[in-house]
Amino acid sequence: MIDATGNPQTILLLGGTSEIGLAIVGEYLSGAPARVVLGVRPGDDRTDATVAALTGQGAREVVVLDFDATDTDAHPAFLDAAWAGGDVDVAIVAFGVLGENEELWADQRKAVQAAQVNYTGAVSVGVLLGQRMQAQGFGQIIAMSSAAGLKVRRSNFVYGSTKAGLDGFYTNLGDALAPSGVNVLVVRPGQVRTRMSAHVKEAPLTVNPDQVATWVVDAARAGKRVVWTPPAFEAVMLVLRHIPAPIFKRLPI
Amino acid sequence: MTESLTTRPRQLTGWGRTAPTTAQVLRTPDVDVIAAAVAREAERRASGQGRGVLARGLGRSYGDVAQNAGGLVVDMTALDRILSIDDANATVTVEAGVSLDTLMQAALPHGLWVPVLPGTRQVTVGGAIGNDIHGKNHHSAGSFGNHVTSLDLLVADGRVLTLTPSGSPDDPDASLFWATVGGIGLTGIIVRATLAMERVETAWFLADGIVTSSLAETIAVHSDGSEERYDYSSAWFDAISAPPKLGRAAISRGSLATLAQLEEYAPKLAARPLEFGGKTFVTLPDVFPNGLANKLTFGLLGQVWYAKSGTYTNQVQSLTGFYHPLDMFGEWNRAYGSNGFLQYQFVVPPAAVDEFAQIIASIQASGHYSFLNVFKLFGPGNRAPLSYPMAGWNVCVDFPIKAGLSQFLGGLDARVLEFGGRLYTSKDSRTTAETFHAMYPDIDAWIATRRGIDPTGVFASDMARRLELM
Repeated sequence: MIDATGNPQTILLLGGTSEIGLAIVGEYLSGAPARVVLGVRPGDDRTDATVAALTGQGAREVVVLDFDATDTDAHPAFLDAAWAGGDVDVAIVAFGVLGENEELWADQRKAVQAAQVNYTGAVSVGVLLGQRMQAQGFGQIIAMSSAAGLKVRRSNFVYGSTKAGLDGFYTNLGDALAPSGVNVLVVRPGQVRTRMSAHVKEAPLTVNPDQVATWVVDAARAGKRVVWTPPAFEAVMLVLRHIPAPIFKRLPI
Repeated sequence: MTESLTTRPRQLTGWGRTAPTTAQVLRTPDVDVIAAAVAREAERRASGQGRGVLARGLGRSYGDVAQNAGGLVVDMTALDRILSIDDANATVTVEAGVSLDTLMQAALPHGLWVPVLPGTRQVTVGGAIGNDIHGKNHHSAGSFGNHVTSLDLLVADGRVLTLTPSGSPDDPDASLFWATVGGIGLTGIIVRATLAMERVETAWFLADGIVTSSLAETIAVHSDGSEERYDYSSAWFDAISAPPKLGRAAISRGSLATLAQLEEYAPKLAARPLEFGGKTFVTLPDVFPNGLANKLTFGLLGQVWYAKSGTYTNQVQSLTGFYHPLDMFGEWNRAYGSNGFLQYQFVVPPAAVDEFAQIIASIQASGHYSFLNVFKLFGPGNRAPLSYPMAGWNVCVDFPIKAGLSQFLGGLDARVLEFGGRLYTSKDSRTTAETFHAMYPDIDAWIATRRGIDPTGVFASDMARRLELM
């Protein structure tokens, strides 16, 4: 259950070694101890260190389950396993790949792979999480979208388009699930200092995963549906979205 | 299934309006329909399906004790008949959904008084037993379960068992009776109960008021033996002002007046001594902004309250004036805004008086402001394993939900536990299973009784899941 101050008993992290995802789990653990279920890619060599770190942060128990975002046929069984120890109160959808845009848009196999992980996989677990939480009568889904999905740019359009799809899906999943008491929070970060973006030049308003996590958990506790990190990014994107296309194309972003 | 088993989905919360969950709600005045619904859930649970069933009364508990996410909730308020009032034996038999307000008004013309009243009369008899509620007279009368002479419990296998405090053919050692008292609905659904009432000559209190100027003085008044002279006693205390004002209190103590006392102190009222005139004067609108309940407003309200309640002797007071001032405001929980609030109620043993004072000091210093602070010295508890009251210093404070509250209260939990104290199911909305279990030494026996009568978990609640009571 989620208590009166917003502390969950069990947290499921899909993308079990995602830095932002783990920072969100850590932020919850700083409020109260909880059980953590990690869905990790088979063979991810960061798993052991992640389990140790979570235990150090106060996790009551850490359960590790194999999760392959592209193996959608296996997702129902995965969620059965995730729920085997009782209700899941908070589920964080944090898996995704960024890739090299100039390579992705020219390589059919890699582009499809990115779309399958970031979009198809996210839709697959979104449907199943929605069903599970609807049946249990409550729950919090946190979906990692991206500011890149709100205005898709030439420099990043394969990734941006997958997040555009994810954002549209989870925003409306939130509307669909609201009557059953399930809350969906869509997170729209700008650039965050993580492994995923280590090769990208640092943009203004870049923040750390811990800062993102604080904003995300506060927003979830307050029952919000969308959170931008940093919050100022919402205004930045509002401006970008209203720049006429001929000018926007020439911008170095 | 029959048409009458129609349920509808509802988001439910406790009185604190936190942690909503959705359940299917069944409301019916027919015990047979409730039994059919329980049978359907039992069938599901037998194959590991479904999320069980729970009785809910008027929803005055603050946390998640009367919620059952994803399962069935039986709204008991339609089961509201008073079945008999026995003048000769001073007992009443009622259906479980009867409110204490209704019962009180029906029983008063017979010269019978509800023996234990909590801070509001808007609670059902079933809820009063399930939470083993207490009132201002705990030191003289004990808790609600002490006054139940018999109850009928619909259990997981579909039987309706008759239970009594000293055992019955259905429950020879009375373990199920005492597991049901304070058992927060997890042993079954209480469908009716017989209560031993108190005989009274009037519905008025003869009260004395004392105002203290410090916490030490408040404690001293409770320790000098004067409590024994009153059947009812409790105090509002200041948890916002810094020492030395911290803990100053308006202590209100009294007993139900005899007819002779009423004639002496309020002759006009003596013509109709059993007349009861409690009513709701104002219903607060649902538009209070978050953050209204803050140090400024609470500080001012606190000052007004403090100034208003003076020192007096032999004052004749109505039940509402003496006991239920908040009942003058319907839906007063709305004053906290949509973020809701939580109550933190704990009791520590009498010997832990210094630790008790330290906890009050910590609350004042925390930056979390509480206006509705109630203080009472409890008498001994009863044999129900999950009953909250035990001899000691009992305090209830309430806080608007804001950042840092969870960590602060987690720290208080550890101290209450260390000093041999405990928290109250009817108020708790956020402690951990580990802490709660450590606070109730007989909890394993209670869980064993529960599993004996309900092995598949037909009866379930959000609190049971959170505090691992299944």
